[in-house]
Amino acid sequence: MKILKLFLIIFIIFPINNLKADNEVLKNKITKNLRCLICQGQSVYDSDSEFANSLKTMVDNKIIEGLSEKQIYSYFQSKYGDWILYDPLFNKNTYFLWLLPLLIFFLGGAIIFNKFLKKQK
Amino acid sequence: MKNKLIPLSIFLVFIVIFIIFYKGLQNTNIYTPGTKTSFEVPSVSVKLFNSNEIVNTLEIFSSDKFYLLNIWSSWCVPCRQEHSILMELTKNDNLRVIGINYKDTKKNANNFLKELGNPYDNIIFDNKGTNAIEWGAYGVPESFLINNNKIIKKYIGPLNERSMEEIKSFIK
Repeated sequence: MKILKLFLIIFIIFPINNLKADNEVLKNKITKNLRCLICQGQSVYDSDSEFANSLKTMVDNKIIEGLSEKQIYSYFQSKYGDWILYDPLFNKNTYFLWLLPLLIFFLGGAIIFNKFLKKQK
Repeated sequence: MKNKLIPLSIFLVFIVIFIIFYKGLQNTNIYTPGTKTSFEVPSVSVKLFNSNEIVNTLEIFSSDKFYLLNIWSSWCVPCRQEHSILMELTKNDNLRVIGINYKDTKKNANNFLKELGNPYDNIIFDNKGTNAIEWGAYGVPESFLINNNKIIKKYIGPLNERSMEEIKSFIK
C-alpha cells in the first residue's frame, strides 16, 4: 500500500504526460511554420508526403534532444535555406519587409492626427 | 509647407509599394530547389545496411577520393531508371558510390540489388528518412558529388547520360 501511495505521489508530482503534451504542441507549432518544399502551398504539418513525414520525425527528435524552437528553425534553415520557413527571419535582407507595415501604420497615424488637429483649430 | 508634406509622403509611400510589387511581378513563383551547394558533409552517426554497425558519416567519406552519395529506395521507380548509370559510374577507380537506403525494408532493398546489381561501396540504412534530411535532401532519387568532405554538386531526380558525363568530367 505504501509503495502504491508513493507511486501515486510521484505520478502526480512529476507531470510526465503533460511534458509529452507540451512537446506535441511545440511540434505542431514548428511544423506549421515549415514549408513542405515538394508540395504546393502546404506546410509540413498539413502534408502527408514522405518528405514532410521525415521532417516531422526530425522535429520530434530535435525537441527530444532539447533544442529550442529557434534552434530547430535555424537547423532546418541551414539545411534547406530561408525558403523552408513561412515566417521570414529578421535579418538584413528582411528589415524592409518587417518594418514597412510599421512605417505605413505610423505614417497613417500621423496623417489622421494631423487632420484631427486641424479640425480642432 | 505642412500641406505639401502630407501628399508628398503619401506619394512616396505609393512609389515604394509600386516598386516592390513591380519587382515581385517579375519573380517567378515556381520554386526550384538550388543545386549549387558548398555544404560540408554533415557529421552524424548512421547505421550501415550490411553490418548494422553505427558509424560516423565523416568516417565513410574520409579518403580524398570522390564520392557519389545516392539516395535510393526499392519502391522508387526513377531509381530503377538511373541504376544502370550508377553501375557504369562505379567502374571508375576515382569514384566511390555510397548509397542511402531511404524508407525501405531490408528484404525489398536486397531483392532490388540482386535484380539490378549492387553499385554501392557502402550503404547507409535510413528507414525513417531522417538521415536524408541531414543532407538537405527532398526525396528519392537524389545524388551528391562529394570531394574532401564538401558537397560539390547536387543532382535532384534520377541521373541521366548528361549528368553521368558531368560527373566523369569532375572526377578526371
